[in-house]
Amino acid sequence: MSDHPRVIVVGGGLAGLAATVRIAEQGVPVDLFSMVPVKRSHSVCAQGGINACNEVARQQGYSEWQHMDETLYGGDFLNHQPPVYEMTHWAPKIIDLLDRMGVPFNRTAEGFRDLRLFGGSLFKRTHFSGASTGQQLLYALDEQTRRYEDKGLVENYEFWEFLWPVLDENGVCKGIIAQDQRTMEMKAFRADAVVMATGGCGVVYGKSTMSVICTGAAAARCYEAGVKLGNPEMIQVHPTAIPGEDKCRLMSESARGEGGRVWVPRKKGDDRKPTDIPEEERWYFLEERYPKYGNLVPRDIATREIFSVCEEGYGVGGGRMAYLDITHLPIETKDKLAAILEIYEKFTGDDPRFVPMKIFPAVHYSMGGLYTEYEAEERLPVPGDKLDKVWGMKDGDPKNMMTNVEGLYAFGEVNYQYHGATRLGANALLSCIFDGLFCGSSVANYVKACEDKAADKPEALYQKFLDQEKAKIDKLINMNGKFNPYEIHARLGDEMTASCTVVKNEERMLQCYEALKEMKAQYKDIKLSDTGDYTNANLVFSRALGDMIVYAEAILLASIERKESRGSHFRSDFPDRIDDPFHKTAVCSYDVENDKPILEWEDVPLHMVELRKRDYSK
Amino acid sequence: MSTKTFKVKVKRQDEAASASYWQTFDVDYTPNMNVISTLQKIAAKPVTADGKDVAPVVWDCGCLEEVCGACTMVINGRACQACSTLVDDLLEEASVIQIEPMSKFPVVRDLWVDRARMFNNLKRIKGWVPTDGTYDLGAGPQETQEEQDLRYAYSRCMTCGCCLEACPQFTKDNDFMGAQIFAQTDYFNSHATGKLLADDRLDVIMGEGGISDCGNSQNCVQVCPKELPLLNAIASVGRQATIYSIKRFFTGKK
Ligand SMILES: Cc1cc2nc3c(=O)[nH]c(=O)nc-3n(C[C@H](O)[C@H](O)[C@H](O)COP(=O)(O)OP(=O)(O)OC[C@H]3O[C@@H](n4cnc5c(N)ncnc54)[C@H](O)[C@@H]3O)c2cc1C
Ligand code: SF4
Ligand code: SF4
Ligand code: FES
Repeated sequence: MSDHPRVIVVGGGLAGLAATVRIAEQGVPVDLFSMVPVKRSHSVCAQGGINACNEVARQQGYSEWQHMDETLYGGDFLNHQPPVYEMTHWAPKIIDLLDRMGVPFNRTAEGFRDLRLFGGSLFKRTHFSGASTGQQLLYALDEQTRRYEDKGLVENYEFWEFLWPVLDENGVCKGIIAQDQRTMEMKAFRADAVVMATGGCGVVYGKSTMSVICTGAAAARCYEAGVKLGNPEMIQVHPTAIPGEDKCRLMSESARGEGGRVWVPRKKGDDRKPTDIPEEERWYFLEERYPKYGNLVPRDIATREIFSVCEEGYGVGGGRMAYLDITHLPIETKDKLAAILEIYEKFTGDDPRFVPMKIFPAVHYSMGGLYTEYEAEERLPVPGDKLDKVWGMKDGDPKNMMTNVEGLYAFGEVNYQYHGATRLGANALLSCIFDGLFCGSSVANYVKACEDKAADKPEALYQKFLDQEKAKIDKLINMNGKFNPYEIHARLGDEMTASCTVVKNEERMLQCYEALKEMKAQYKDIKLSDTGDYTNANLVFSRALGDMIVYAEAILLASIERKESRGSHFRSDFPDRIDDPFHKTAVCSYDVENDKPILEWEDVPLHMVELRKRDYSK
Repeated sequence: MSTKTFKVKVKRQDEAASASYWQTFDVDYTPNMNVISTLQKIAAKPVTADGKDVAPVVWDCGCLEEVCGACTMVINGRACQACSTLVDDLLEEASVIQIEPMSKFPVVRDLWVDRARMFNNLKRIKGWVPTDGTYDLGAGPQETQEEQDLRYAYSRCMTCGCCLEACPQFTKDNDFMGAQIFAQTDYFNSHATGKLLADDRLDVIMGEGGISDCGNSQNCVQVCPKELPLLNAIASVGRQATIYSIKRFFTGKK
């Protein structure tokens, strides 16, 4: 298909599929690229649910405004307010839409959609489908995408890997270079706009709760090509995961939302079976320290508390583990959690219905990512809003979630917007679908108005980028050095996890910086164990490794320079939030010549809600 | 300290068209390993048990928590998910772990197979709810918790292909669609809006490779990792097909 305008969407998770459906609906054809069949995208893993104010919550005094306020407060005010306003006000409509698409949301006795509690809120406002909500949402959007594929408006490039954006002489994005992971064929694809919806970067940390493809390499490549990064240092470490040999499997916040309790033995080094430890010898430290929110404090707080009680020696048997206990819950509640309890049972052999689960924090979500802009708009309030004038995002404006490179958009987890310094649980799924639907129209409007069509660009432009990527691969394949890429990756993960997760301090991070330099040098002297030109998974991994190291440097630099504590970024050497000068976005750009990140600080405007201290203890 | 190792026998195939062959690897044992972490160890150091450097084994995986459906393989003769299959359990069965690609789908390379057929079949049965678009048109149809329960069970199908690998009627070169499609047909036909396309779906299900080819051996339901109620689906779709064919007869359609 060569009809123009046309759009490329890279990524078939919730953000990419929602964008595809919205853009195709406007009659603009879409080429959809994904490393995996889109139905297998990482979004399928999301468990707990998706936030939206609804009628029941509203009648208890909740509102979209309150949802916005919780998001800003939870994010420690690093979020921009107009996009958050827009997202939270759209949330109920998005749930309705998903409901119409056939998502089997849990129901109440009367047949309405049921709600559960989630962290950072005292109101039930999280919609869910068992404990595998992401799977059901992704499938519903996958089905709608298949419908447009059937109509000929969507072309699916599954198992194709995005390698580089094609930028014309004015620096405007006009397509991509991609490679088929099966045949290893490389090709240039023309497009009038490109949407990056490639998800998070957990694999930079070695083990995380994310899927194996969540390397952040696609984002890193855009960054190397000139797209800025926003707040890369904001990495969420989820409080409750099952540490594993190959990955850390998440134990969803819904376990706590449904009444699960976190505890450790009161006595240090107690190695009795959990069921043998009587109630009075259990320490429910979250409930004790945060009486109002209890086990439902936001993630950064729960993570730090679990981490520190274990550091103090109170972990299970003196080790680095705490109990997440749902054994006391009624059987119907356990049934609602079946999908995640099965995971625990399958991978550990213990049945969490009867034995408390052993958990520890793990890297989980990237709040930072590709830097994007939007068009703010002043409006009259709607019911529930607390001001006479409010600020939203202008519907359909081509600027919405466009990066600093014209024509290149970022949606979903790879987009740095919405979450600030800590993502509230169940807000990610919302932000992904919201980006796709709301900003999908922006993309459609942009390409419809675009006069400088990709179809008219000279072939030489595409050939230049294609040659550049081919040269990189030839170089990688022909390297015959002494380092093993898997070993370098293992070290990258260990270093980043040790220096840049729950507790950060300058000294350790500087050490990591030196280690990264060394890894970079080693990377230039690797040897691939597969040098063939057919389904070379080794090449795909090794190429991503180089980009992960570059991305890690940006995470680290921003972590070092943000000399304060804010949300999930906690510095033991600067334990307080310092608004002057750090109530700012960390904006990283890549200095190609010197191969290093450059950091600038950008003000975060306060459109509606004033800064206030974040304190969940009262 | 001596490390314990165990043997893994992998069926390999370099390209879609080439012949397959077996290779054996010694893998260092660590507690709580699954088949994916075993393959990762082989990938990091691809040397066979007899000391030969070989190309690393290629396989497909994603989530590592049994929900994306990518990593189906035939392990010790059983179609299952490599990520949730634990080495300890396998070593209890046999001293050598044997891993092969699924036999009912074309091999891309080694353990990686092409399951496009399953996704194409979803297109054939119009596996979607025909919504009016993405605009704000209010909530979907109300449903009871019982209805949700059944639809939820169906909605967990991760297109993994275990049911098809185990099915005696499903072969590499026929066009039987298999249990997965019958379940998805029932899924969409049981939604108030999805139902609007029920006749179109039944036309497909009653055509070539459809429900009438199912021999009811029930292998499918035994292997489905997500425990989909596949027999219920087969019975329900069969019933719908019967009613529809009577309707078709009396209305003279087709
Ligand atoms: C275990 C787990 C549970 C979670 N539970 C919840 C929850 O309950 N509620 C909630 O709100 N959030 C939850 N989250 C977070 C949420 O799931 C993610 O933030 C969200 O799904 C990300 O969606 P996405 O569309 O941005 O990206 P993804 O779903 O990660 O999709 C990325 C896409 O990009 C493609 N891609 C990547 N790189 C390339 C490349 N180079 N070339 C081509 N394609 C590429 C991939 O193939 C994939 O299709 C959870 C996360 C995890 C890890
Ligand atoms: S019942 Fe038997 S023949 Fe029918 S789909 Fe299942 S395995 Fe195949
Ligand atoms: S029905 Fe079960 S076995 Fe078959 S593809 Fe779906 S999840 Fe896999
Ligand atoms: S890797 Fe996803 S199901 Fe095994």
